Amino acid sequence: MDIAHFLDILWLARIPILKGLGVTISISLLAICFGTILGVFVGLALTYGVRPLRWIVRGYTDFIRGTPVLVLVLASYYVLGTIGLDLGPFQAGVLALAVFCSSHVGEIVRGALQSIPKGQTEAAKAIGLTFPQTFAYVLGPQALRQILPAWVNTAAEMVKASTLLSIIGVAELLLRTQEIISRAFMSLEFYLFAGLLYFVINYAIERFGRYVERKTAVPS
Amino acid sequence: MSNNLLEIRDLHKSYGDVEVLKGVNCTMTQGDVISVIGSSGSGKTTMLRCINMLEEFQGGTISIDGQEIGYEMVGGQRRRKSEKEIARQRALTGMAFQQFNLFPHMTAARNIMLGLMKVKKLSKEEARSIAEKWLDRVGLRSRADNFPGQLSGGQQQRVAIARAIAMNPKLMLFDEVTSALDPELVNEVLQVIKTLAQDGMSMLLVTHEMRFAYEVSNRVIFMNQGRIGEEGNPREMFHKPKSERLAEFLKTSSFG
Repeated sequence: MDIAHFLDILWLARIPILKGLGVTISISLLAICFGTILGVFVGLALTYGVRPLRWIVRGYTDFIRGTPVLVLVLASYYVLGTIGLDLGPFQAGVLALAVFCSSHVGEIVRGALQSIPKGQTEAAKAIGLTFPQTFAYVLGPQALRQILPAWVNTAAEMVKASTLLSIIGVAELLLRTQEIISRAFMSLEFYLFAGLLYFVINYAIERFGRYVERKTAVPS
Repeated sequence: MSNNLLEIRDLHKSYGDVEVLKGVNCTMTQGDVISVIGSSGSGKTTMLRCINMLEEFQGGTISIDGQEIGYEMVGGQRRRKSEKEIARQRALTGMAFQQFNLFPHMTAARNIMLGLMKVKKLSKEEARSIAEKWLDRVGLRSRADNFPGQLSGGQQQRVAIARAIAMNPKLMLFDEVTSALDPELVNEVLQVIKTLAQDGMSMLLVTHEMRFAYEVSNRVIFMNQGRIGEEGNPREMFHKPKSERLAEFLKTSSFG
Protein backbone atom coordinates (compact mmCIF):
# COMPACT_ATOMS: atom_id res chain seq x y z
CA MET A 1 0.00 0.00 0.00
CA ASP A 2 1.48 3.32 -1.10
CA ILE A 3 0.38 5.75 1.59
CA ALA A 4 1.55 8.92 -0.16
CA HIS A 5 -0.22 7.95 -3.37
CA PHE A 6 -3.40 7.12 -1.45
CA LEU A 7 -3.33 10.45 0.36
CA ASP A 8 -2.90 12.24 -2.97
CA ILE A 9 -5.94 10.57 -4.44
CA LEU A 10 -7.88 11.03 -1.22
CA TRP A 11 -7.17 14.75 -1.34
CA LEU A 12 -8.33 14.94 -4.94
CA ALA A 13 -11.48 13.01 -4.06
CA ARG A 14 -12.22 14.96 -0.90
CA ILE A 15 -15.22 16.83 -2.30
CA PRO A 16 -17.18 13.78 -3.51
CA ILE A 17 -16.31 11.91 -0.31
CA LEU A 18 -17.50 14.77 1.89
CA LYS A 19 -20.65 15.08 -0.20
CA GLY A 20 -21.25 11.36 0.16
CA LEU A 21 -20.67 11.59 3.88
CA GLY A 22 -23.14 14.50 4.06
CA VAL A 23 -25.76 12.47 2.20
CA THR A 24 -25.20 9.45 4.44
CA ILE A 25 -25.60 11.58 7.54
CA SER A 26 -28.73 13.33 6.27
CA ILE A 27 -30.37 10.08 5.19
CA SER A 28 -29.59 8.49 8.53
CA LEU A 29 -30.75 11.48 10.55
CA LEU A 30 -34.02 11.83 8.65
CA ALA A 31 -34.71 8.10 8.79
CA ILE A 32 -33.94 7.93 12.51
CA CYS A 33 -36.07 11.01 13.31
CA PHE A 34 -39.12 10.03 11.27
CA GLY A 35 -38.70 6.39 12.19
CA THR A 36 -38.52 7.20 15.90
CA ILE A 37 -41.57 9.47 15.85
CA LEU A 38 -43.60 6.92 13.91
CA GLY A 39 -42.16 4.14 16.07
CA VAL A 40 -43.36 5.77 19.29
CA PHE A 41 -46.91 5.79 17.91
CA VAL A 42 -46.47 2.18 16.80
CA GLY A 43 -45.31 1.27 20.31
CA LEU A 44 -48.23 3.11 21.93
CA ALA A 45 -50.71 1.41 19.60
CA LEU A 46 -49.17 -2.00 20.37
CA THR A 47 -49.39 -1.39 24.10
CA TYR A 48 -52.58 0.57 24.62
CA GLY A 49 -54.44 0.32 21.31
CA VAL A 50 -57.90 -1.21 21.07
CA ARG A 51 -57.86 -4.71 19.70
CA PRO A 52 -58.45 -4.12 15.95
CA LEU A 53 -55.86 -1.32 15.88
CA ARG A 54 -53.40 -3.49 17.75
CA TRP A 55 -53.82 -6.30 15.22
CA ILE A 56 -53.27 -3.97 12.29
CA VAL A 57 -50.16 -2.44 13.82
CA ARG A 58 -48.88 -5.84 14.91
CA GLY A 59 -49.25 -7.01 11.29
CA TYR A 60 -47.36 -3.94 10.12
CA THR A 61 -44.40 -4.42 12.46
CA ASP A 62 -44.15 -8.17 11.92
CA PHE A 63 -44.29 -7.72 8.16
CA ILE A 64 -41.71 -4.93 8.07
CA ARG A 65 -39.37 -6.60 10.52
CA GLY A 66 -39.52 -9.81 8.56
CA THR A 67 -38.60 -8.11 5.29
CA PRO A 68 -35.00 -7.39 4.24
CA VAL A 69 -34.26 -3.66 4.23
CA LEU A 70 -33.04 -3.95 0.66
CA VAL A 71 -36.46 -5.22 -0.41
CA LEU A 72 -38.09 -2.26 1.32
CA VAL A 73 -35.70 0.13 -0.42
CA LEU A 74 -36.36 -1.38 -3.84
CA ALA A 75 -40.10 -1.50 -3.20
CA SER A 76 -40.37 2.10 -2.14
CA TYR A 77 -38.37 3.22 -5.17
CA TYR A 78 -39.80 0.99 -7.90
CA VAL A 79 -43.19 -0.19 -6.62
CA LEU A 80 -44.54 3.09 -5.27
CA GLY A 81 -43.88 4.60 -8.68
CA THR A 82 -46.26 2.13 -10.30
CA ILE A 83 -49.10 3.31 -8.08
CA GLY A 84 -48.48 6.93 -8.99
CA LEU A 85 -46.36 7.90 -5.99
CA ASP A 86 -43.19 8.92 -7.76
CA LEU A 87 -40.45 9.52 -5.24
CA GLY A 88 -36.89 10.42 -6.07
CA PRO A 89 -34.23 7.96 -4.93
CA PHE A 90 -33.39 10.06 -1.88
CA GLN A 91 -36.99 10.36 -0.67
CA ALA A 92 -37.76 6.73 -1.47
CA GLY A 93 -34.67 5.66 0.45
CA VAL A 94 -35.49 7.76 3.48
CA LEU A 95 -39.07 6.45 3.44
CA ALA A 96 -37.92 2.83 3.34
CA LEU A 97 -35.41 3.28 6.16
CA ALA A 98 -37.87 5.29 8.28
CA VAL A 99 -40.51 2.58 7.93
CA PHE A 100 -37.95 -0.06 8.84
CA CYS A 101 -36.78 2.02 11.79
CA SER A 102 -40.35 2.58 13.01
CA SER A 103 -41.08 -1.13 13.26
CA HIS A 104 -38.00 -1.67 15.39
CA VAL A 105 -38.55 1.39 17.57
CA GLY A 106 -42.18 0.33 17.95
CA GLU A 107 -41.13 -3.00 19.40
CA ILE A 108 -38.59 -1.35 21.67
CA VAL A 109 -41.18 1.10 22.98
CA ARG A 110 -43.73 -1.65 23.52
CA GLY A 111 -41.20 -3.76 25.38
CA ALA A 112 -40.17 -0.86 27.60
CA LEU A 113 -43.73 0.16 28.45
CA GLN A 114 -44.78 -3.41 29.21
CA SER A 115 -41.80 -3.96 31.46
CA ILE A 116 -42.87 -1.18 33.81
CA PRO A 117 -44.58 -2.83 36.80
CA LYS A 118 -48.36 -2.52 36.90
CA GLY A 119 -48.05 -1.00 40.36
CA GLN A 120 -46.68 2.19 38.82
CA THR A 121 -49.88 2.79 36.89
CA GLU A 122 -51.96 1.84 39.91
CA ALA A 123 -50.10 4.22 42.20
CA ALA A 124 -50.56 7.01 39.66
CA LYS A 125 -54.27 6.22 39.39
CA ALA A 126 -54.58 6.10 43.15
CA ILE A 127 -53.41 9.69 43.53
CA GLY A 128 -55.93 10.73 40.90
CA LEU A 129 -53.80 11.16 37.79
CA THR A 130 -55.55 10.70 34.46
CA PHE A 131 -54.03 8.35 31.90
CA PRO A 132 -52.32 11.08 29.82
CA GLN A 133 -50.80 12.47 33.02
CA THR A 134 -49.71 9.01 34.11
CA PHE A 135 -48.03 8.53 30.77
CA ALA A 136 -46.36 11.93 30.73
CA TYR A 137 -44.96 11.88 34.26
CA VAL A 138 -44.71 8.25 35.33
CA LEU A 139 -44.55 5.78 32.44
CA GLY A 140 -42.92 7.86 29.71
CA PRO A 141 -39.86 8.96 31.67
CA GLN A 142 -39.26 5.42 32.93
CA ALA A 143 -39.72 3.92 29.46
CA LEU A 144 -37.33 6.46 27.97
CA ARG A 145 -34.48 5.30 30.15
CA GLN A 146 -35.08 1.71 29.15
CA ILE A 147 -35.43 2.47 25.47
CA LEU A 148 -32.16 4.29 25.14
CA PRO A 149 -29.62 1.45 24.74
CA ALA A 150 -31.73 -0.43 22.21
CA TRP A 151 -32.57 2.77 20.39
CA VAL A 152 -28.88 3.56 19.97
CA ASN A 153 -28.43 0.15 18.38
CA THR A 154 -31.27 0.80 15.98
CA ALA A 155 -29.86 4.20 15.07
CA ALA A 156 -26.50 2.62 14.27
CA GLU A 157 -28.29 -0.03 12.19
CA MET A 158 -29.93 2.76 10.20
CA VAL A 159 -26.54 4.30 9.36
CA LYS A 160 -25.34 0.92 8.14
CA ALA A 161 -28.54 0.29 6.22
CA SER A 162 -28.15 3.64 4.44
CA THR A 163 -25.44 1.98 2.31
CA LEU A 164 -28.20 -0.01 0.61
CA LEU A 165 -29.47 3.16 -1.01
CA SER A 166 -26.43 3.03 -3.31
CA ILE A 167 -28.38 0.33 -5.21
CA ILE A 168 -31.05 2.85 -6.27
CA GLY A 169 -28.44 5.45 -7.14
CA VAL A 170 -28.40 7.68 -4.06
CA ALA A 171 -24.91 9.22 -4.02
CA GLU A 172 -24.15 8.40 -0.40
CA LEU A 173 -20.78 7.57 1.02
CA LEU A 174 -20.55 3.99 -0.28
CA LEU A 175 -21.56 4.86 -3.84
CA ARG A 176 -19.12 7.78 -3.91
CA THR A 177 -16.39 5.51 -2.62
CA GLN A 178 -17.11 2.95 -5.30
CA GLU A 179 -16.96 5.63 -7.97
CA ILE A 180 -13.54 6.70 -6.75
CA ILE A 181 -12.32 3.12 -6.60
CA SER A 182 -13.43 2.48 -10.19
CA ARG A 183 -11.20 5.34 -11.27
CA ALA A 184 -8.25 4.96 -8.93
CA PHE A 185 -8.14 1.16 -8.61
CA MET A 186 -7.37 1.35 -4.87
CA SER A 187 -10.22 -0.73 -3.49
CA LEU A 188 -8.59 -1.87 -0.26
CA GLU A 189 -7.56 1.62 0.84
CA PHE A 190 -10.83 3.35 0.02
CA TYR A 191 -13.07 0.63 1.40
CA LEU A 192 -11.05 0.76 4.60
CA PHE A 193 -11.37 4.51 4.66
CA ALA A 194 -15.15 4.39 4.11
CA GLY A 195 -15.40 1.75 6.82
CA LEU A 196 -13.53 4.06 9.15
CA LEU A 197 -15.96 6.91 8.46
CA TYR A 198 -18.95 4.66 9.18
CA PHE A 199 -17.28 3.58 12.37
CA VAL A 200 -16.75 7.20 13.42
CA ILE A 201 -20.42 8.05 12.86
CA ASN A 202 -21.64 5.04 14.81
CA TYR A 203 -19.12 5.56 17.55
CA ALA A 204 -20.36 9.13 17.93
CA ILE A 205 -23.95 7.88 18.16
CA GLU A 206 -22.95 5.35 20.77
CA ARG A 207 -21.07 7.93 22.85
CA PHE A 208 -24.04 10.25 22.63
CA GLY A 209 -26.33 7.45 23.83
CA ARG A 210 -24.02 6.70 26.75
CA TYR A 211 -23.91 10.36 27.66
CA VAL A 212 -27.70 10.66 27.74
CA GLU A 213 -27.91 7.41 29.71
CA ARG A 214 -25.52 8.76 32.30
CA LYS A 215 -27.32 12.09 32.49
CA THR A 216 -30.72 10.49 33.06
CA ALA A 217 -29.60 7.66 35.33
CA VAL A 218 -31.55 7.35 38.57
CA PRO A 219 -29.34 7.12 41.65
CA SER A 220 -29.77 4.04 43.77
CA MET B 1 -77.78 11.00 51.84
CA SER B 2 -76.41 9.28 54.86
CA ASN B 3 -73.59 10.57 56.95
CA ASN B 4 -71.60 7.44 56.44
CA LEU B 5 -68.14 8.05 55.11
CA LEU B 6 -68.07 4.75 53.28
CA GLU B 7 -71.03 2.66 52.34
CA ILE B 8 -70.64 -0.61 50.48
CA ARG B 9 -73.85 -2.33 49.46
CA ASP B 10 -74.11 -5.81 48.05
CA LEU B 11 -70.74 -5.64 46.29
CA HIS B 12 -70.22 -8.34 43.70
CA LYS B 13 -67.04 -8.90 41.76
CA SER B 14 -65.97 -11.70 39.47
CA TYR B 15 -62.91 -12.52 37.46
CA GLY B 16 -64.45 -14.35 34.54
CA ASP B 17 -66.39 -17.24 36.06
CA VAL B 18 -64.82 -16.95 39.47
CA GLU B 19 -66.83 -14.85 41.88
CA VAL B 20 -64.48 -13.34 44.45
CA LEU B 21 -66.87 -10.98 46.20
CA LYS B 22 -70.32 -12.42 46.78
CA GLY B 23 -72.30 -9.56 48.22
CA VAL B 24 -70.28 -7.51 50.67
CA ASN B 25 -71.98 -4.93 52.87
CA CYS B 26 -70.03 -2.54 55.01
CA THR B 27 -70.35 0.95 56.41
CA MET B 28 -67.83 3.17 58.02
CA THR B 29 -68.09 6.57 59.67
CA GLN B 30 -65.62 9.41 59.94
CA GLY B 31 -62.66 8.49 62.12
CA ASP B 32 -63.22 4.74 61.98
CA VAL B 33 -60.16 2.56 61.79
CA ILE B 34 -61.20 -0.79 60.42
CA SER B 35 -58.93 -3.76 59.94
CA VAL B 36 -59.87 -6.35 57.37
CA ILE B 37 -58.49 -9.79 58.10
CA GLY B 38 -58.93 -13.19 56.54
CA SER B 39 -57.00 -15.86 54.70
CA SER B 40 -55.57 -15.16 51.28
CA GLY B 41 -58.14 -15.43 48.55
CA SER B 42 -60.93 -14.34 50.86
CA GLY B 43 -61.41 -11.13 48.84
CA LYS B 44 -60.09 -8.52 51.27
CA THR B 45 -57.61 -6.90 48.90
CA THR B 46 -60.10 -7.05 46.04
CA MET B 47 -62.67 -5.22 48.15
CA LEU B 48 -60.13 -2.52 48.93
CA ARG B 49 -59.20 -2.17 45.27
CA CYS B 50 -62.85 -1.83 44.26
CA ILE B 51 -63.22 1.15 46.58
CA ASN B 52 -60.83 3.22 44.47
CA MET B 53 -61.76 1.58 41.18
CA LEU B 54 -58.48 -0.20 40.64
CA GLU B 55 -60.85 -3.11 40.03
CA GLU B 56 -64.12 -2.97 38.18
CA PHE B 57 -67.08 -4.53 39.94
CA GLN B 58 -70.17 -6.03 38.41
CA GLY B 59 -72.80 -5.51 41.07
CA GLY B 60 -73.64 -3.38 44.07
CA THR B 61 -72.65 0.16 44.97
CA ILE B 62 -69.85 1.88 46.81
CA SER B 63 -70.34 5.41 48.09
CA ILE B 64 -67.82 7.69 49.70
CA ASP B 65 -69.20 10.73 51.44
CA GLY B 66 -72.48 10.19 49.60
CA GLN B 67 -70.87 10.02 46.15
CA GLU B 68 -71.37 6.83 44.21
CA ILE B 69 -68.03 5.54 43.06
CA GLY B 70 -67.29 4.40 39.53
CA TYR B 71 -70.73 3.73 38.15
CA GLU B 72 -73.99 5.55 37.66
CA MET B 73 -77.47 4.62 36.58
CA VAL B 74 -78.48 6.22 33.31
CA GLY B 75 -82.00 5.37 32.15
CA GLY B 76 -82.06 2.18 34.20
CA GLN B 77 -78.68 1.13 32.79
CA ARG B 78 -75.58 0.80 34.94
CA ARG B 79 -72.77 2.73 33.29
CA ARG B 80 -69.13 3.31 34.09
CA LYS B 81 -68.43 6.95 34.78
CA SER B 82 -66.00 8.86 32.57
CA GLU B 83 -62.29 8.32 33.12
CA LYS B 84 -61.92 11.91 34.22
CA GLU B 85 -64.67 11.58 36.81
CA ILE B 86 -63.21 8.31 38.07
CA ALA B 87 -59.78 9.93 38.36
CA ARG B 88 -61.39 12.71 40.41
CA GLN B 89 -63.16 10.20 42.64
CA ARG B 90 -59.98 8.23 43.18
CA ALA B 91 -58.54 11.29 44.85
CA LEU B 92 -61.21 10.92 47.57
CA THR B 93 -59.24 7.99 48.85
CA GLY B 94 -55.54 7.50 49.34
CA MET B 95 -53.93 4.12 48.93
CA ALA B 96 -50.75 2.53 50.18
CA PHE B 97 -49.67 -0.66 48.45
CA GLN B 98 -47.93 -3.82 49.50
CA GLN B 99 -45.10 -3.08 47.05
CA PHE B 100 -44.90 0.67 47.88
CA ASN B 101 -44.99 1.57 44.16
CA LEU B 102 -43.00 4.75 44.53
CA PHE B 103 -42.00 6.32 41.24
CA PRO B 104 -38.33 5.30 41.00
CA HIS B 105 -37.26 8.21 38.80
CA MET B 106 -38.41 10.87 41.27
CA THR B 107 -37.05 11.89 44.63
CA ALA B 108 -39.12 11.27 47.75
CA ALA B 109 -40.32 14.88 47.71
CA ARG B 110 -41.17 14.77 43.99
CA ASN B 111 -43.16 11.59 44.51
CA ILE B 112 -45.37 13.47 46.94
CA MET B 113 -45.45 16.68 44.91
CA LEU B 114 -46.62 15.06 41.67
CA GLY B 115 -50.24 14.60 42.72
CA LEU B 116 -50.34 17.93 44.52
CA MET B 117 -49.19 19.76 41.41
CA LYS B 118 -50.98 17.82 38.68
CA VAL B 119 -54.22 16.84 40.44
CA LYS B 120 -54.61 19.56 43.06
CA LYS B 121 -52.97 22.14 40.79
CA LEU B 122 -50.86 23.62 43.56
CA SER B 123 -47.76 25.63 42.75
CA LYS B 124 -44.38 23.98 43.01
CA GLU B 125 -43.57 25.90 46.20
CA GLU B 126 -46.83 24.99 47.93
CA ALA B 127 -46.43 21.37 46.89
CA ARG B 128 -42.87 21.29 48.15
CA SER B 129 -43.81 22.67 51.54
CA ILE B 130 -46.66 20.15 51.94
CA ALA B 131 -44.31 17.36 50.87
CA GLU B 132 -41.76 18.43 53.44
CA LYS B 133 -44.39 18.66 56.14
CA TRP B 134 -45.52 15.10 55.51
CA LEU B 135 -42.00 13.75 55.15
CA ASP B 136 -41.36 15.31 58.50
CA ARG B 137 -44.41 13.55 59.92
CA VAL B 138 -43.15 10.17 58.78
CA GLY B 139 -39.68 10.98 60.07
CA LEU B 140 -37.98 11.35 56.70
CA ARG B 141 -37.52 15.07 56.26
CA SER B 142 -33.80 14.59 55.70
CA ARG B 143 -34.49 12.11 52.90
CA ALA B 144 -36.58 14.50 50.79
CA ASP B 145 -34.10 14.57 47.94
CA ASN B 146 -33.22 10.90 47.94
CA PHE B 147 -34.52 8.57 45.26
CA PRO B 148 -36.53 5.48 46.25
CA GLY B 149 -33.59 3.26 45.31
CA GLN B 150 -31.58 4.97 48.02
CA LEU B 151 -34.12 4.21 50.75
CA SER B 152 -34.82 1.07 52.76
CA GLY B 153 -38.12 -0.75 52.28
CA GLY B 154 -39.56 0.72 55.47
CA GLN B 155 -38.54 4.22 54.44
CA GLN B 156 -40.01 3.74 51.00
CA GLN B 157 -43.29 2.61 52.47
CA ARG B 158 -43.37 5.64 54.77
CA VAL B 159 -42.81 7.92 51.78
CA ALA B 160 -45.58 6.08 49.93
CA ILE B 161 -47.94 6.63 52.85
CA ALA B 162 -46.96 10.30 52.97
CA ARG B 163 -47.61 10.56 49.23
CA ALA B 164 -51.14 9.23 49.69
CA ILE B 165 -51.94 11.26 52.80
CA ALA B 166 -50.59 14.52 51.41
CA MET B 167 -53.45 14.50 48.91
CA ASN B 168 -55.74 14.98 51.88
CA PRO B 169 -58.02 12.00 51.19
CA LYS B 170 -61.20 11.38 53.14
CA LEU B 171 -60.29 7.76 53.59
CA MET B 172 -56.96 5.93 53.59
CA LEU B 173 -56.73 2.42 52.23
CA PHE B 174 -53.81 0.26 53.32
CA ASP B 175 -53.22 -2.91 51.36
CA GLU B 176 -50.97 -5.25 53.36
CA VAL B 177 -48.43 -2.49 53.65
CA THR B 178 -46.02 -4.46 55.81
CA SER B 179 -46.15 -7.79 53.98
CA ALA B 180 -43.18 -7.03 51.73
CA LEU B 181 -41.00 -5.67 54.52
CA ASP B 182 -38.23 -7.33 56.46
CA PRO B 183 -39.44 -8.03 60.01
CA GLU B 184 -37.23 -5.36 61.57
CA LEU B 185 -38.74 -2.68 59.30
CA VAL B 186 -42.38 -3.50 59.99
CA ASN B 187 -42.59 -1.56 63.19
CA GLU B 188 -41.58 1.86 61.84
CA VAL B 189 -44.38 1.64 59.29
CA LEU B 190 -46.98 0.48 61.80
CA GLN B 191 -45.93 3.31 64.07
CA VAL B 192 -46.67 5.83 61.32
CA ILE B 193 -50.10 4.32 60.74
CA LYS B 194 -50.81 4.37 64.45
CA THR B 195 -50.09 8.09 64.69
CA LEU B 196 -52.36 8.76 61.74
CA ALA B 197 -55.11 6.78 63.45
CA GLN B 198 -54.66 8.82 66.60
CA ASP B 199 -55.03 11.98 64.51
CA GLY B 200 -58.48 10.82 63.49
CA MET B 201 -57.74 9.69 59.94
CA SER B 202 -60.36 7.28 58.66
CA MET B 203 -58.64 4.10 57.59
CA LEU B 204 -59.39 0.75 56.11
CA LEU B 205 -56.51 -1.65 56.54
CA VAL B 206 -56.04 -5.04 55.00
CA THR B 207 -53.48 -6.66 57.22
CA HIS B 208 -51.89 -9.85 58.42
CA GLU B 209 -50.56 -8.18 61.54
CA MET B 210 -53.15 -9.40 64.00
CA ARG B 211 -51.54 -7.80 67.02
CA PHE B 212 -51.55 -4.48 65.20
CA ALA B 213 -55.15 -4.88 64.04
CA TYR B 214 -56.09 -5.58 67.62
CA GLU B 215 -54.33 -2.50 68.95
CA VAL B 216 -55.11 0.11 66.34
CA SER B 217 -58.59 -0.55 65.02
CA ASN B 218 -61.97 0.14 66.56
CA ARG B 219 -63.58 -2.48 64.35
CA VAL B 220 -62.41 -5.64 62.67
CA ILE B 221 -63.90 -7.33 59.63
CA PHE B 222 -63.21 -10.99 59.00
CA MET B 223 -63.61 -11.88 55.34
CA ASN B 224 -64.32 -15.43 54.40
CA GLN B 225 -64.83 -16.75 50.88
CA GLY B 226 -65.96 -13.47 49.38
CA ARG B 227 -68.29 -12.49 52.18
CA ILE B 228 -67.98 -10.79 55.52
CA GLY B 229 -67.79 -13.70 57.91
CA GLU B 230 -67.87 -11.78 61.13
CA GLU B 231 -67.34 -8.25 62.32
CA GLY B 232 -67.18 -6.42 65.60
CA ASN B 233 -64.84 -4.74 68.00
CA PRO B 234 -61.36 -6.24 68.17
CA ARG B 235 -61.62 -7.46 71.73
CA GLU B 236 -64.70 -9.61 71.07
CA MET B 237 -63.44 -10.73 67.71
CA PHE B 238 -60.05 -11.88 68.87
CA HIS B 239 -60.97 -13.26 72.27
CA LYS B 240 -64.46 -14.59 71.68
CA PRO B 241 -64.81 -15.41 67.99
CA LYS B 242 -68.38 -16.46 67.22
CA SER B 243 -67.73 -18.47 64.10
CA GLU B 244 -65.58 -21.55 63.92
CA ARG B 245 -63.96 -20.15 60.78
CA LEU B 246 -62.62 -17.12 62.57
CA ALA B 247 -61.48 -19.17 65.55
CA GLU B 248 -59.57 -21.42 63.19
CA PHE B 249 -58.10 -18.49 61.29
CA LEU B 250 -56.92 -16.82 64.48
CA LYS B 251 -55.31 -20.04 65.62
CA THR B 252 -53.16 -20.23 62.49
CA SER B 253 -52.40 -16.52 62.43
CA SER B 254 -49.74 -14.66 64.31
CA PHE B 255 -52.12 -13.45 67.01
CA GLY B 256 -51.48 -14.65 70.51
